[in-house]
Amino acid sequence: MQEDIQIHLTVNGKPHDCSVSTRKSLADFLRQDLKLTGTHVGCEHGVCGACTVLVNHQTARACLMLAVQADQCEVTTVEGLANADQTLSVLQQAFKESHALQCGFCTPGMLTTLTELLAENLNPTEDEVREAITGNLCRCTGYQPIIQAGLLAAQRLRALGEQAPAQASTLTGGSTR
Amino acid sequence: MKPARFQYHRPTQLHEALEMVATLQNYKILAGGQSLMPMMNFRFVMPDHVIDMNRVSELSGIHEDPGRLVIGAMTRQHDIHRSALVAKLCPLVPEAYDQVSHRQIRNRGTLGGSLCHLDPASEQPCFTSALDGEIQVQSLKGQRTISIHDWTQMYMTPALESDEIMTRVTLKPWAQNHGWSFLEYARRHGDYAIVGVAVLVALDASQQIERVSISLCGVAAAPLRLSALESSLLGQRGDDRIFPEVHQHIEAIEEIMHDSYNSSTYRRHLAQTLTARALGIALKRALMVH
Repeated sequence: MQEDIQIHLTVNGKPHDCSVSTRKSLADFLRQDLKLTGTHVGCEHGVCGACTVLVNHQTARACLMLAVQADQCEVTTVEGLANADQTLSVLQQAFKESHALQCGFCTPGMLTTLTELLAENLNPTEDEVREAITGNLCRCTGYQPIIQAGLLAAQRLRALGEQAPAQASTLTGGSTR
Repeated sequence: MKPARFQYHRPTQLHEALEMVATLQNYKILAGGQSLMPMMNFRFVMPDHVIDMNRVSELSGIHEDPGRLVIGAMTRQHDIHRSALVAKLCPLVPEAYDQVSHRQIRNRGTLGGSLCHLDPASEQPCFTSALDGEIQVQSLKGQRTISIHDWTQMYMTPALESDEIMTRVTLKPWAQNHGWSFLEYARRHGDYAIVGVAVLVALDASQQIERVSISLCGVAAAPLRLSALESSLLGQRGDDRIFPEVHQHIEAIEEIMHDSYNSSTYRRHLAQTLTARALGIALKRALMVH
């Protein structure tokens, strides 16, 4: 039985050519083969949201995608969200300031999910932020600080957009959109 | 928790995939993977071959044929949810998708995948039933069309032969002035519904019910179309007086499914409450555009 397949993909802007077992999930590939352990693996059946990454700028459960399916795709993990100079993105900074994480297990999934939301909607309501993260479980924070961080980031990104509209889209996180 | 070994196939053309399903044994079609991958991770399903349809671009897309809305089997749920054409022709559909799982799942999940997986609690077979959807399937021998009302053979088993692949769904949009509502009850937003209901209603010039469509999910293996209730509502005025009738018709359903969490009695109660409520909303919307 054919076991390994050659794939080419870009992860956080960096191209990779790898041979990968067909049954390996994208989450395991990122963690084990590329050593990008920021993507966390919780339930492994698409419920907890910890493994959420961006595939071609859209969120996806990395535990429900095979690594071979990411062939020719552009993947962004939590490691790719910081600014080019490695300072925290606006959203990450808002998480830090709002105490939007405690143990940090859900944080990579929360950040990738909210990055997608803010790339599409810089003016989300509290309900929209709340709905965006319904697919991400957090057992520490009670969600309230995460929602506040999402709203704070949106507010700051709007302010930045008014100052320098062209720059704002790049500030929603790394290589996203 | 990893899938068992399998051989991976990635066709780029439908005919390649059709040749595969005609010859391979113990295969599974991988559409969005949002139900199949968990089942493979748990090893509830251990296919020898996985046929990944994600590069078969001809199966994706939404377009309007005269009087019909055609959605490719591999069209992502998110793209249907946000489509202006779908919202214009079948506003019931985006309202149902508001309640389908989470954004991360809808980004990958497909309508075709959901209709073939056929979870009894899924919203998608339910709205397809309300809109009298027709499912087109294809094999090397040709294609055929199956009504959503004949689609469910048994629990989670569609009327799809082993050499066939589902290619598209055709929904039948209602006149612009209809009312609609999709309601469900789930323990958390994005969970499968315990019970859900899709309602469409159109009124005539004297505000009497001219046409009505009611489908339930979470009560049986197949979406349950309440045809008898629909017939008895025709010609009635669309006001609160119809609700006792809704109650009686659902009371008369012989068998309602149950599991360790939700009894038949509870599901029946939800069906009664949600159907009356959804009819109320749909009627209000129909009156607004009347």
